[in-house]
Order: sequence, then C-alpha cells, then structure tokens
Amino acid sequence: MPDSPKPTPSSPAPTTGLNLTSWSPGEDVIEVQRTPAPGAARGTWRTFAETVRGLATTFGRFRETPVTVQYPEEKTPVYPRFRGRHKLHRFEDTHLEKCVGCSLCAAACPADCIRVVAAENTPENRVSPGERYAAVYEINLSRCIFCGYCEIACPFDAITMGHDYELSDYDRSDLIFTKEMLLAEPLERTPLRNEGE
Amino acid sequence: MMLAVVGYYEPWWIQILKAILIFAVGLQLVPVVLLAERKLLGRFQSRYGPNRVGPYGALQPLADILKLLTKEQFRPRTSIGFLFVLAPVISILTAVAAFAIIPFGNTQDIFGTKVGLYGIDVSIGPLYLFAFGGIAFYGIMLGGWSSGSKYSFLGAMRGAAQLISYEVSQGLALLGVIFTAQTLSLTGIVQAQSGMWYIVPQFFGFLIFLTASFAETNRAPFDLTEADAELVGGYNTEFGGGRFASYYFAEYLNVLVVSGIVTTVFLGGWLLPFGIHPPGFLDPFIVLFKMSLVTFLFIWVRATLPRLRYDQLMSFGWKVLLPLATLNALVTAILVVATH
Repeated sequence: MPDSPKPTPSSPAPTTGLNLTSWSPGEDVIEVQRTPAPGAARGTWRTFAETVRGLATTFGRFRETPVTVQYPEEKTPVYPRFRGRHKLHRFEDTHLEKCVGCSLCAAACPADCIRVVAAENTPENRVSPGERYAAVYEINLSRCIFCGYCEIACPFDAITMGHDYELSDYDRSDLIFTKEMLLAEPLERTPLRNEGE
Repeated sequence: MMLAVVGYYEPWWIQILKAILIFAVGLQLVPVVLLAERKLLGRFQSRYGPNRVGPYGALQPLADILKLLTKEQFRPRTSIGFLFVLAPVISILTAVAAFAIIPFGNTQDIFGTKVGLYGIDVSIGPLYLFAFGGIAFYGIMLGGWSSGSKYSFLGAMRGAAQLISYEVSQGLALLGVIFTAQTLSLTGIVQAQSGMWYIVPQFFGFLIFLTASFAETNRAPFDLTEADAELVGGYNTEFGGGRFASYYFAEYLNVLVVSGIVTTVFLGGWLLPFGIHPPGFLDPFIVLFKMSLVTFLFIWVRATLPRLRYDQLMSFGWKVLLPLATLNALVTAILVVATH
C-alpha cells in the first residue's frame, strides 16, 4: 500500500495522554532491601533452622497454661463505666421511684426504644416525689444500642446503665423490659472489675 | 534375645482373628488421634481445645462422627455417581490395608500357638506400603474429579502431583535403611535395629522420610490438596456426611500408618534402648507409645508451619528432597559395600 506508509519502529508513539511506554519509575522509587538470595545449601540450612525455631516457639505456647476464659463458668469482669442493661432506681429512704415520667430519656434515645406514659401522683397513690410518675416505663432491649444517652438525659438519675450483658432470649417480646423488671434488684450475673485489674 | 521370625505365617483362623483385632484397634485409634490433634492444637495456640462434650471433651469425636453419619448423603448434579461413591471407599481401604503391615511386636506364644503381633509380615514390606500409597492416589483423584466441581478438581490435581513427587523421595529415604538392614521385611528391619536404632545412622533418611510423609499424608505444611482458604476444602469439598467421614478417617489412619512405619523403620519398633527386654506382651504398648510420639510431632508441625506455595512445594520436592534422598541412599550404599 503506497498511500499509507508503514509505521516504522522509530516513529513516536501517539502522544495522547500519558506515555506509558517510556515511563520510568525515577529516583523516588524506594528499592526494597532484601538479603541476598541464599544458595541451595545455605537456603536449605536456613529453612531447616527457621523451622526448628518455629517449632520451639509453638512448644513454648504448649507449655503455658491456656488463656481462654471459660465463658459460661468464668466471666470477663466489666469496668465500672460499662454500659449494660438499664436499671431504674428508688430513693433509699422513702422507697419512692426517682422517675417522674418526664420522658426526657425517650426524647434523647436515638434508637427510639424507650416508652414512657406518665400519670399524676395523688395523695392516696404517691409513687414518685414529683408531680407525675411513670405509669408505663418500657425499654425495648432488642432495639437499644446501649449508648447511655438516657442516663445523661435523666435529670433525677432515675435511670442508669447497669453491668449486665447477658441479654439473649428466645423471644423478641421477652426483651421488652417493663418498669417492674427494671426496678427490681438485678441478679448479680456480671463480675465487676476491681481497682487496677 | 529371641530373634524375630521373618516371614512367619500362622494358621488361617488366627490370621482372620488377627485381621479383625488389628482393624478394631486401628478403628479405635482414629478418634483418639482426632481428639488428641484438636486438644494439642488448642494447647499450641494457648487455648483448651474441645472440652464441652464429656469429661475433658473426650466424647467430642463420637459426637462429630455421629453428626456426620446421620447427615443426608447428597451429591452434586454434575458429579459422576459411581466414582463419587467409590472414591472414599478406595481411600479408606488403602489406609486400612497399609495398617496391616505395621509390626506391633515379635511372634508370641499365645496358648501354645505362635502368633505374630502384626497383620502380615510381607517379605516386600516398604514396597507393599508404597503400592497401597499409590492406589490411595485414586481415592483423592477420583474423588476430586468425579465431584464435578472446579475446586475439587484443582485440589485433586494438586494432590496427584504432590503425592507422585514426594513418594519418590519417601521411597529413596527408606532405601538407606533397607541397604543397612539387608531385608525388606519390617520385622526383619526392627530386628536389625537391636544394636542401634536407625534414627542415629540414618538421621538424614529419617528427616527426609518424615518430610515426605507430611506431604504423603496431605498434612500441614503440605496440605495443598485441602488448602481450605483457596480451594474451599479441595478434593473433598463436595463430600458430606459419611463419605466425608470416610475421607477424614482415612487421613488420620494414614497418619497412624506413617507413624507406625517411622516407629518400625527408624525408632526400633518394639525394642527398647539400654538393653531393656520387657516381657513380650508389652511390645504393642511400646510400639503404640512410639507411634504417639511421632503423631505428636505431626500435630506439632501442623501447629507451627504455614502452608507452602504450590511452586515452593514442587521445587522443594524435586530440587531439595529428591537430591538429598538420592545422596543419602548413595552414601549408605557405598558405606555398606565398603564395610562388608
């Protein structure tokens, strides 16, 4: 074909975009430092020696006692600020509930898992020292994210986060904790971490 | 010291009884090894291993095997049914057959009949082992191929190449021992070690044989046929239930067989050092004790070494192990000729 001259090897590559053929890494590339590749005999010896060293390492682990925490029997202790299952509190002297049904916890809850229905205190039926009390106080623990905002929002320290983390159940409805359950003295199921532990 | 009777055959009814007994004992050893492996692997990793089923987890293998045997036997639609069923059977058959040649003791007088404490004392001991090792390839090859799955197929192909490569070194490593003992009978080899166990003069042979045996039994660091991370489980990916249990059983029985061979060939079989000659009925326990030590080594290595890359596996087998094994056999041959 005389019309189209054959492109010779010396003709420059099309200069559209980055020219990858003539690109060189330059001086900024850091060369990886490797030890010289060992020969057959030294390589075999090195492999053997490193294998023996590895065997010694694992045998050291074998002689130690295991570090496993045998969970259902032993439990990892929690720190004092651990945020577990909630607790509602009463006054120690009058045994009135601290909760006055203000619903600030429900407002603060990002997971929307707290339901509070307030009712008026009457002289015959006084439940809390304030004007109102929580007639219904429910926490849906299957939705709770244990952020602790309810604890911060509460103006009377009526709700705090406990230490209990064993909250599995066979039914979703069993995970809706009512006021009575939250007020009840919780079973001490979770050990607390001691000072400096 | 009573000499071992090489190539001795009992009446046919004793042979049948022996076959049943040895098979039963071997069958009981497999769950023990299974549990020991899991417990020891746990301890090597600073944990307990299974300890929930039964005292110290002793019933764990029973639970595992019951679970596997009660599972549904399924197979992929693309699989080749006949071979799919046959493959695990081949694996288990060859493993059991190889178990027959491990000598657990000298010939004993039991109720006036001389009984050899082994399945058979074939005059071609190691060759018998390698023959059944050769057939054992088919268990893995056919299993992987007939599954109709690419992962199984890759695992089986790797397995075939690996087993062929390492069987050469394994055989050559035993050659040194055979030259020195000048017999192929395994009881004869044990008898020849009454002066000194072959682990001392044949130390390199021992190392080579052990390394090749790791590859032959598809154990870490040579478990490329299984390679859980890459091949989902390799040749046995598509197997479940009882068929998987058969493969599993065969794998652990192979470990026992190799431990037995190492015990017999390098660790003096039923002989004890320092000229202690215990009564004959203790022989099987000595052999079992030595076998458990070798099995411990197998588990120890599994807990330590990472899996080799495929090309490393091949170059190690052909470029390192095979020349060393050849050299070992050659040097031994020269020494044997020179000293006779």
